[in-house]
Amino acid sequence: MGKLLSLKLKIWRQRNNKEKGFFKTYHVNNISPNSSFLETLDFLNNQIICNEIKKESSPIAFDHDCREGICGMCSLYINGRPHGPDNLITTCQLHMRNFRDGETIYVEPWRAKPFPIIKDLIVDRSSFDRIMISGGYISVNTSGNPIDGNMIPISKDIADKAFDASICIGCGACVVACKNRSAMLFVSAKVSQFSLLPQGKIERKRRVLNMVNKMDEEGFGSCTNTKACEAECPKGISTEYISFMNKEYIRSFTI
Amino acid sequence: MFYLMSHNYLKLNSKIPQGSIKDKWENYKSTLKLVSPNNRSNIEIIVVGTGLSGGSACASLSELGYNVKAFCYQDSPRRAHSVAAQGGINASKNYKGDNDSVYQLFYDTIKGGDYRSREANVYRLSEISSNIIDQCVAQGVPFARDYAGYLETRSFGGTKVSRTFYAKGQTGQQLLLSCYSAMSRQIGKGRIKMYNRHEMLDLVVIEGVARGIIARNLISGEIERHAAHAVIIASGGYGNVFFLSTNAMGSNASAIWKVHNKGGFFANPCFTQIHPTCIPLQGDYQSKLTLMSESLRNDGRIWVPKKLEDAFLIRKETKKPEEINDEDRDFYLERRYPSFGNLVPRDVASRAAKERCDKGFGIENNETKEGVFLDFSSAIYKYGQEKANEIGIKKYNDIDIVNLGEKIMESKYGNLFHMYEKITNKNPYKTPMKIYPAVHYTMGGLWVDYNLMSSIPGCYVIGEANFSDHGANRLGASALMQGLADGYFILPYTIPDYLSRYVKDPKKISITHEEFEKSEINVKNRIKKFFVNKGKIPVDFFHKKLGSIMWEYVGMSRNHVKLSKAIKKIQELRNNFWENVFVPGKIEDGLNYELEKAGRVADFLELGELMAMDALQRKESCGSHFREEYQTEEGETLRDDVNYKYVSVWEKEENKSISDEIMHKENLNFTFVKVQSRSYK
Repeated sequence: MGKLLSLKLKIWRQRNNKEKGFFKTYHVNNISPNSSFLETLDFLNNQIICNEIKKESSPIAFDHDCREGICGMCSLYINGRPHGPDNLITTCQLHMRNFRDGETIYVEPWRAKPFPIIKDLIVDRSSFDRIMISGGYISVNTSGNPIDGNMIPISKDIADKAFDASICIGCGACVVACKNRSAMLFVSAKVSQFSLLPQGKIERKRRVLNMVNKMDEEGFGSCTNTKACEAECPKGISTEYISFMNKEYIRSFTI
Repeated sequence: MFYLMSHNYLKLNSKIPQGSIKDKWENYKSTLKLVSPNNRSNIEIIVVGTGLSGGSACASLSELGYNVKAFCYQDSPRRAHSVAAQGGINASKNYKGDNDSVYQLFYDTIKGGDYRSREANVYRLSEISSNIIDQCVAQGVPFARDYAGYLETRSFGGTKVSRTFYAKGQTGQQLLLSCYSAMSRQIGKGRIKMYNRHEMLDLVVIEGVARGIIARNLISGEIERHAAHAVIIASGGYGNVFFLSTNAMGSNASAIWKVHNKGGFFANPCFTQIHPTCIPLQGDYQSKLTLMSESLRNDGRIWVPKKLEDAFLIRKETKKPEEINDEDRDFYLERRYPSFGNLVPRDVASRAAKERCDKGFGIENNETKEGVFLDFSSAIYKYGQEKANEIGIKKYNDIDIVNLGEKIMESKYGNLFHMYEKITNKNPYKTPMKIYPAVHYTMGGLWVDYNLMSSIPGCYVIGEANFSDHGANRLGASALMQGLADGYFILPYTIPDYLSRYVKDPKKISITHEEFEKSEINVKNRIKKFFVNKGKIPVDFFHKKLGSIMWEYVGMSRNHVKLSKAIKKIQELRNNFWENVFVPGKIEDGLNYELEKAGRVADFLELGELMAMDALQRKESCGSHFREEYQTEEGETLRDDVNYKYVSVWEKEENKSISDEIMHKENLNFTFVKVQSRSYK
């Protein structure tokens, strides 16, 4: 076990969507480098709660759930980077060994117009749900009796490619990494997964049109190919899928 | 504790249909009443939880035309903890031609559950399994495919066939997202009304039937009333009673516990699955444990050093596992269970790991020294050699082979290896993983009949939240199967039979009914209690304390003394909690994580006691439930089929304490499998 860390945390506090937010400074000591970033926030919250009995302050609200990098609930800019200073991980998988003793760490909620702040570090990502509702599915009834799974052979390469797109966890890092606040990586991952698979090809035109239109309507920006989204995506989803979606989009206007 | 039969015993009718096991479900379906399509939109159904079972139920029921209101505590249904399931989903398709069949899957599941599950339910599950795969393919789940384009499978514990369908190490995610897609389609049509960031805090029972819930909007803090014609509970398991588990931080037992408090019977609460392959505990700051998929046991070999001094040196980190020769390694699963080897069921593998660590062979450099190796080096070498042969490299050296092998491992388990490395800072391609058992799944849950209805009419329970299919131990890759079977294919057939009573008079019950009023007042009073309390101790303190009691006394190995102690300790802790817990903030503040946690921990503090009581009364060892007093000479479980071949079903009477709960017995009859001693040797 490495040396225990002492850290200065500057954390964004905001009571609700209407009031103004601000950075508040906290100090934590004796943090194990093997603990995770969210465990450090737990530790700090425990400290705040124990002190609160004396003074006015409330624990920091932040989203989290599975704590193993798959549910997509956790977020946070840590020192300006979505999911913090490591690659291919979510905030819950970020470990304190990535920080130096004595370091100052800035923690902010994700900032994008389509992700309004709810409280402190929690944002509302229901715009992603609404994009999914606009077309992120194959219109097959679930209580039916579909044909045998092997009646639709799918080449391994295509299956793998669809899989690589499908692993998006809907966390929103791509949006907040992008200077335009574009959701192209998120939308293209779903569009590509379904357009690549024979089952999804049938409604590919309708799907891409509806989802792209909804994305624009929700206020997400356009793509200018900076690839910042790919760099920060915790699942490493490739911007190739954005190109794929652009092709699909254009195709949708042809017969 | 009473063992009387109250008048409520009559409610314990499992409604298992007559006839041969093969025809039960088919024949039964034809007797069920239907609701015609034009009547369905007058009927409202509440679904609590949007994981695989809840999500699939929402999708299927809304497609059929019912009005569905779905509740989840997360910010989107896509985040339910089914998303974290890794390894795969079972189906008896026999694609590999290894003599798999509906019967074989049924038999493996019954045996895996150590003859403590319901035959009829398990057979139905096994029958439906194939349909689930087809359904998921149709919905666009990118399952692994072979080079011919057909569906690929792998093996899981407790079986001798390859029937587990998978999408790398993210099968749960893929299945859940396809459920979520299907739900999204219906939300768009307005057939599902989604309540994200809502938590159910009470079940409303009117004239003996479930008619709604009280929920808290977690953002605004408002307490809301929701009425319906039926309520479906799909809120998952209660593993978080142990504090440290592989469950999500928010996973909780509150929904099922509220149903229990309202008269819903609770079955087999002590059956808890401890999963053998999780990343060992690192320190007291830790908030959860991370699972490493069972699928890894396809290619990983589990071992500890044969010599105590080697184990000591490894713990001190002066010797590396790679430096220990094969002859000095104890592949204890292969040694003890030659016919299943590393693929024994989870309960068996977990106990074997504990046995080695208790004897001092643990290898983890932490306080408890508990940990064993999961080693991939032989598989890497084997796959490397195969690949080299395949691409026709004539002259190759070991380094080339290992490189080729590592690529294959990456394609199979890439995300798991990546996850392991991020958490431990060790590269599992180069050095064996360190693993140890952790709480994972709860086989126990609310009692349901063959229709999946609880003992409260109109309240259905599906997925991990019910009890019926896995007995005393669940086989790997069967949870996803059960969740989807319940939601996609069983409930949509059984629930109309109940709902048909409302067709003539579908008038909605008013939320001003006195039972709603009463429930809401109770919920509000309990919340108020947390704020007026002048305690000084944060909720987490109590949760951790409860977890350590549960792990030590009601964990992998139990006995009479420990369990009696646990009951006392939990009662003390519960009293202490209500006196000294501190919840910051004000009632009117709205979003308050500490308040949410306090409510959940208060329920865990009651459920924990019931689990210990249940473990105490079951004077036998079966599956995950290991009573030290009842074991064979070789340390295997010793079942008592004469006295304990039953489901323990607990009933809580209104305003009585946990220790006064009444236990009923649902006898288990096995007519289609021979009850044998369960051996994997």
